[in-house]
Amino acid sequence: MVILSCTIMQQKQFNLKILILVVFIIHGFVFNLSANEIQNTKASEHKKKAEKESFKPGDFIFEHIEDSHDWPIFTVGEKHINIPLPVIIYSKEKGLNIFMSSKFQHGHDEYKGFRLETEGENKGLIVEVLQDGSTILPFDISITKNIASLFIGIALLLWIFLSIAKAYKNNPNKAPKGIQSAFEPIIIFIRDEVAKSSIGEKKHEKFMPFLLTVFFFIWINNMLGLIPFFPGGANLTGNIAVTLVLALFTFLITTINGNKNYWKHIFNTPGVPTFLKLPIPLMPVIEFIGILTKPFVLMVRLFANITAGHIIGLGFLSLIFIFGQMNVFLGYGVSVLSVAFVIFMTFLELLVAFIQAYVFTFLSALYIGMAVEEHH
Amino acid sequence: MDLLVPHTGTIIWMTIAFSISFFILAKFAWKPILGFLKSRENSIKNALRSAEEAKEEMSKLKADNEQIIAEAKKERDLIIKEARDLKDSIINEAKNKATEEATRILEAAKENIKSEKLMAFNEIKTQVALVSVKIAEKLLQEKLSEGSEQKELIEKLLRQVKLN
Repeated sequence: MVILSCTIMQQKQFNLKILILVVFIIHGFVFNLSANEIQNTKASEHKKKAEKESFKPGDFIFEHIEDSHDWPIFTVGEKHINIPLPVIIYSKEKGLNIFMSSKFQHGHDEYKGFRLETEGENKGLIVEVLQDGSTILPFDISITKNIASLFIGIALLLWIFLSIAKAYKNNPNKAPKGIQSAFEPIIIFIRDEVAKSSIGEKKHEKFMPFLLTVFFFIWINNMLGLIPFFPGGANLTGNIAVTLVLALFTFLITTINGNKNYWKHIFNTPGVPTFLKLPIPLMPVIEFIGILTKPFVLMVRLFANITAGHIIGLGFLSLIFIFGQMNVFLGYGVSVLSVAFVIFMTFLELLVAFIQAYVFTFLSALYIGMAVEEHH
Repeated sequence: MDLLVPHTGTIIWMTIAFSISFFILAKFAWKPILGFLKSRENSIKNALRSAEEAKEEMSKLKADNEQIIAEAKKERDLIIKEARDLKDSIINEAKNKATEEATRILEAAKENIKSEKLMAFNEIKTQVALVSVKIAEKLLQEKLSEGSEQKELIEKLLRQVKLN
């Protein structure tokens, strides 16, 4: 069953990779187009205004999947209704500054010498404006949309599993009920099919807390990302920094728990001819790179799959506005098709949300299993 | 914000938030949940095993019972057989004894008859003697009634008696 699901998954991942590639190409095309247009229109004020009103799907999509300093609810005409988020910035000159992102008025205003860039290289970032007019990037640990979403996800995670733990404490050795029975099969699945099968009967218990936390963290945040409005909608698990930290945890746990056998396999791989190890340590170098590529692949896979899902969904929605610009009725016509596709994609993404959480957990378990495997 | 460049602030927050939630969950959620799951599985396993054991015990008990019943039946048959044998032997003995007694009684009767016969013979003998004496008396009386001869005989006899 696991093998079957793996092959399905691989195929699915392959499909998704093609899709993300296609979307990236389209995006690049559109983005370059609009960038060129921006350059062209810089000369003419009149033209720029027209450009501003036209719909740019690349910007539209990337505004949604990228992090931001406020949480957009909706936009009516020129008016943006946002949830302001706290900005925490440390700069050498101005020290620690904490204020709400609403002070920027969506990039219209400068506040305390800081500015929210709306275009250019640092688009979406807060820059410090120096006295000579140039800008530098301060140290920014603001609660952005993704961080706020992270807190919501973690609050949900803690609430669900602490209440489940309480249910077990109140009802020991009895059949589970309610939310407890919903999650128990998944916990047992992670324990039996992921941890026990990859790490082994004896050693899996030590790594269960990490695997369960990673699995449910990714799953819950994936699903939160699929909700199109507050408190969801942030592309948290499609953020490279978040997947980087998750992969880093797997890397650290694997490296710390690696036994003598694991390191021997890396630096003196048994069963490999000596000329591959000496005088040029070809195999050790390859194996050592392997240690680093494993978490790197974990990071990129989760990031790419989730971001691709968001891009595809938003891409279909963009079609409505692209066609709507040509002709209003064409836009209405396409909307039916687009919404149908978005619904289909959302269901697919629900599956992907689970599969990606499972794959990340499974591969982490596999890597840990390799690190703690005893010599046979 | 570039999509492919990890933002330092996000990394910092993510590391802090994930570590804290990991430790909280590990301590207060996963440890008790996994512990209870394990203990429940163990209790189910134990219950199943003890049920199996009870079943085995039952079948063993059943076999024992059957053996006991079989033994009891055997013993009953033996007792009945013994009783029958005893009865037969008693009857036979009684029969033998009765035959013996009967023989003994017959013997005694025969003996008795013999002695009675002897006595009867003796009696007859005595009676015959008496009758003979009486006949002789009568004959004598007849002879004596003819006078002097009888007187002579009487006298002769008297004399003989006196002489004695």
